[in-house]
Amino acid sequence: MTATLEPELGRARKRKEDARLITGRTRWTDNLTLPGMLHLAMLRSPVAHGNITAIDVEAAKRSPGVITVLTGRDLADEQGSLPTAWPITPDMKSPAHPSIAVDGVKFAGEIVVAVVARSDAEARDALDLIEVDYDDLPVVLDMEAALAEGADLVHPDLGTNRSALWVFDSGEVGSGGDVEDAIRDSEVVVKRRFRQQRLIPAFMEPRSVVMDPTGEQFTLWSSTQVPHIVRVMMALTLGVPEHKLRVIAPDVGGGFGGKLQFHPEEVLTFLVARRLGKPVKWTESRSESLVSGHHGRDQIQDITISANSDGTVTGLKVELMADMGAYLGLVTPGVPVLGAFMFNAIYKIPAYHFACTNVFTNKTWTDAYRGAGRPEATFGIERIMDELAVELAMEPLELREKNWISHEEFPYTTVSTLTYDSGNYEAATAKAKELFDYDGLRAEQRRRRESEDPVQLGIGISTFTEMCGLAPSRVLGSLSYGAGGWEHASIRMLPTGKVEVITGATPHGQGHETAWSQIVSDQLGVAFEDVEVLHGDTQISHKGMDTYGSRSLVVGGIAVVKAAEKVVEKARTVAAHMLEASEDDLEYERGRFTVKGTDKGTTVADVALAVFAAHDLPDGVEPSLDSDATFDPENFSFPHGTHLCATEVDTETGEVSIRQYVCVDDIGIVVNPVIVEGQIHGGLAQGIAQALYEEAVYDESGTLVTGTLADYLVPSAVDLPHFVTDRTETPSTTNPLGVKGVGEAGTIAATPAVVNAVLDAVRHLGVTDIQMPTTPQRVWRAINSARGEVKADAAGATEAAAGGGLGSIDANSDNGGGAR
Amino acid sequence: MSRITVTVDGVTYNDEVEPRTLLVHYLREQIGKTGTVIGCDTSNCGACTVHLDGQSVKSCSVLAVQVDGSEVTTIEGLARDGLLHPVQQAFHDNHALQCGYCTPGMIMQSIDLLGDNPNPDEDEVRHGLEGNLCRCTGYQNIVKAVRDAAGKMQGGAGPEAERVSSQPSTVAGGGN
Repeated sequence: MTATLEPELGRARKRKEDARLITGRTRWTDNLTLPGMLHLAMLRSPVAHGNITAIDVEAAKRSPGVITVLTGRDLADEQGSLPTAWPITPDMKSPAHPSIAVDGVKFAGEIVVAVVARSDAEARDALDLIEVDYDDLPVVLDMEAALAEGADLVHPDLGTNRSALWVFDSGEVGSGGDVEDAIRDSEVVVKRRFRQQRLIPAFMEPRSVVMDPTGEQFTLWSSTQVPHIVRVMMALTLGVPEHKLRVIAPDVGGGFGGKLQFHPEEVLTFLVARRLGKPVKWTESRSESLVSGHHGRDQIQDITISANSDGTVTGLKVELMADMGAYLGLVTPGVPVLGAFMFNAIYKIPAYHFACTNVFTNKTWTDAYRGAGRPEATFGIERIMDELAVELAMEPLELREKNWISHEEFPYTTVSTLTYDSGNYEAATAKAKELFDYDGLRAEQRRRRESEDPVQLGIGISTFTEMCGLAPSRVLGSLSYGAGGWEHASIRMLPTGKVEVITGATPHGQGHETAWSQIVSDQLGVAFEDVEVLHGDTQISHKGMDTYGSRSLVVGGIAVVKAAEKVVEKARTVAAHMLEASEDDLEYERGRFTVKGTDKGTTVADVALAVFAAHDLPDGVEPSLDSDATFDPENFSFPHGTHLCATEVDTETGEVSIRQYVCVDDIGIVVNPVIVEGQIHGGLAQGIAQALYEEAVYDESGTLVTGTLADYLVPSAVDLPHFVTDRTETPSTTNPLGVKGVGEAGTIAATPAVVNAVLDAVRHLGVTDIQMPTTPQRVWRAINSARGEVKADAAGATEAAAGGGLGSIDANSDNGGGAR
Repeated sequence: MSRITVTVDGVTYNDEVEPRTLLVHYLREQIGKTGTVIGCDTSNCGACTVHLDGQSVKSCSVLAVQVDGSEVTTIEGLARDGLLHPVQQAFHDNHALQCGYCTPGMIMQSIDLLGDNPNPDEDEVRHGLEGNLCRCTGYQNIVKAVRDAAGKMQGGAGPEAERVSSQPSTVAGGGN
C-alpha cells in the first residue's frame, strides 16, 4: 500500500475543512445552545473618560426575562485585573485593567453594566432601561499632546501617559556603529514622519463566549485563536484551578490577531455563569466588536536615514510613538517592539537606533493585528527607501539592490542582531520584475507624464522580509515575553492503521487539518484520508501555544514531524522483532521498514496492530506507539519577497486604482501551494486595505465614528484587484521541512508597495506624502495643495472622518504629514 | 406574536414569532438553521444571505413575519442526495474559503448572481458579490470559483450540474 502513495509535500490538496463549511454544518460558538442557557449583554460607556457617579438598574431588573443585572461594584472583588504578558521594560507603567468598570471609564466602549436574561433580545431590551451618570474628565487622544508637560492623564495614578520607552542601539549593543556619528558623517540625510493609522482586525465572526458551570469542570467555549492561553490566563487572573477549567475553541471565523486576546467578555461570561450556576452565552454585535475588540497599528514614526551619494546606506534612526489606547492587553506593549528588529529589513545597515515610546490615550486598546509590528516597520523602511531614492535621484529598485544582503551572504547577522538563515532577494526580485513588466510600465509612466495624462501611473516597490514563527523561547524570554514559544503535537496510532494527530496550534481558517494530514502521510506512510487532526479543546489538546505570528507550520508543523519520528523509532524496535532482524539492519521509508538486502518488510500500520495485540513484543517494550513532541526552534523564520504595484491615479478626482499587483514570495518549501496562495491573497487584501481604505477614526470627544461596517471600510470584491502571485523557493535551514511562515507576509509587504505606487504617480506634481488611507479626497487635496490651488491650512483643516477618510489630517503638510 | 407558515429547505414550519423577529434570528434560534450566520448589524456583510422565493436576500433585513407563505432556501438546503450544488463544489475545488464564516452567504449570493447572469466575466462577478464581505481570501479564489461553477452549470456540463439545474426553483436565484 505504502509504495503507491504519492508524496504529499508540495501537493495541492483540497482542504479537509471545507466539507462542513460549505454545507452549513458548522460549530461557531454562537451556534451553541445548552439546556437552561441564559444570555448576557453588555452596556458600554458612551464617554471616553469619566467617573461613574450613579448607576440606576432598577427598571432593567424589572424588565421581562431579566435574571440579574450586575455592575462593576458587584463584581469588583472577583474580577481581578486583565493580564499583560509582555512587560517590555522593568519600569513599564501598567494600569489595573478591570473587565467591567468600577469607578470610572477610560475609553468609549468600556463595559459598565452586564445584564443576564432568558433571551439575547430581552437582555438587550433591558440595556436601554439603565441610567448611568458620568462626571466627564478631559479626553486624551493625541500621542504628542499626551506626552507633553502637564498633559491630562488617562491614568492619574500612574502619573504619566508614557507607559514605557524601549530602546535598541547598535552602538551600545556592539552590533553596529553609532547612528549619530553615521548621520553626521553622511552625504545625504533624509528625515520623514510617517503615520500608521489605527486599524480594526474585523474578523468576520463576531466574538462569542459560552460558559457551562454545570459539570465537574467549568467548560468555556470561546471564539478565540488561543484556547490554551485563555485557560492559563483564566487561572492566573481569577484563581480558577487550572485543572477545573476546560476551554474549547470550536469553529472560529477568522482572527488576524484580533482573537489573540484574553478579553473582558471571557472573564465576565465566566463569572456570571459561575455565580448563577447556569450556562451563559455572550455574543457581540458587529458594532460592539468594532468598538471593543482590540485595534491594531496606530504609530507615529519619525525616521532618519543616512547614505553616501552613491546610495550606500550608512545609518537608520527610528523613533516611534505607539498608541496603546487606554489599557494594555495580552501583548499590547510588545507589538511595536516586534518591529524593532525589522526596520533594517533586508538591508546591510551599519548603524541603527530604535526607540519606541508607548503612550496611553482614551481609546480602545491596541494589540496584535496581522503582522503585529512588522507591517509598521516594513512600511517605515520601504517608504523611506523610496524617499532616499528620490533624494539621490536613483532608481528605487537599484537603491535597494545596492544595499540588500546578497544571496551568497547567508546566514547573515543583522544590525539588530537577528541571524537570517536563508534568502535570495535577487531571485525573487528578478522574477517579480519579469511578471510585472517593470521596464514596460516605467516606459508607459514616462509617456503619461510627458503627455500630461490626467490619469497618471505610479510604480511601488516593497522588498520585504519579516521575522515570524514565534518561537524561540529563549529569545522571547530575552525580550521579557511572559511565555515560551514552543508548540506541542501528539500522534495516536490506532489499531486499524488510522492516525489521530493532536496539535496545540489552534486553527481558525488556515487549513491545519489538511496540511498536518499531508505531513503525517509523508512521515508515516498512511493515506491522507486516514489522518484525523484534532485541536482547539484543552481536554483533547492538553498542551499548546496556539496560532498567531505565522507560527503554526514552522513550530506546530515541525512538532508533528518530531512526534512522527518518535512513532517511527518506537515502531522500529517492534518491526525488528517481527522481522527477526537487528534494528540496525532496518531501512525506513515512508511507513515501511525493510531488512537491508532482502524483500522482507513490514509497515507502521502492521506494527500498530501488533502493538495493539501486544502478544509478542520484545522484552521491556511498552505496548504503544503513541508519541508526543514539543518543539522549540532555534531561530525565527524569515520569509521574504518582492512586491510590485502599479497604480493609476486620476489627478482630477484623486481616485486610485490598482492596475497591476505582482508578488513573488519566498517562504521556503511549501506543504500545500493552494493554501499558501490563499494566505498570500488574504494577506495582500488586508495590506492593500490599510493603504487605500481602512481607518479607525475618533472624534474630538473620543467617540469611534467608524463603528459600523458602513463606516469602517473592509474592502469588497470590487475594491481589490486580481493578484499575480508566484514564488521562489529558498529552503529554511532551521527546521527539517525547510518551511517558513506565510500567514502575515502579504499584509506586511503590500501596504508600502501600494503607497509608494500612489506617490510615484503624483510625485512629479510636487506631492511628497499622502497619509493612509490614501482616499480620493486625500490624494486630490495633496495634488491641489502641491499645485497651490488649495491653501495649506485648508488642506489640513479637515479632520479624518468616518466613511473612508472623507477628511484628511495634514494631507500634505511640509513635514510629510503628522497626526495632531 | 404572529403566526407564520414558511417552507425552509423543503420543510414546512408553522410558528409563532414576535413581530420584530428578523428572519435570520428565526432561522437560527427557532428552527435551528445555524448554517446561516450573522456578521454585522448594518446589513453590510452579507453573511446571512439566503434565498427567499428564489431571490437572494440578507436575512437580517427581512422580518420573519414577511416570509409568511414563502419558501426559503439556506446553505443547508442546497445539497441534494449527498451531491453538492455546483457552486458549493466550486468553492471547495478553488479554495474559495478559509475560515468559512462568510461562505454560506457568499455561496447563496453567487447562485443568485449566476441565475441573473449565467456567464459572468470577472468584473461582473466582483460587482455581483459586492454586498458580501470576506476577510480571509482577498476574493480572488471566490471569483474563480463562481466562474468555474458558471462553466459547469452550462447545459451539457455533466450529470451533476444537470441534476441541480433541472430544479432551479429552489436552488438557483434570479426569480426562476
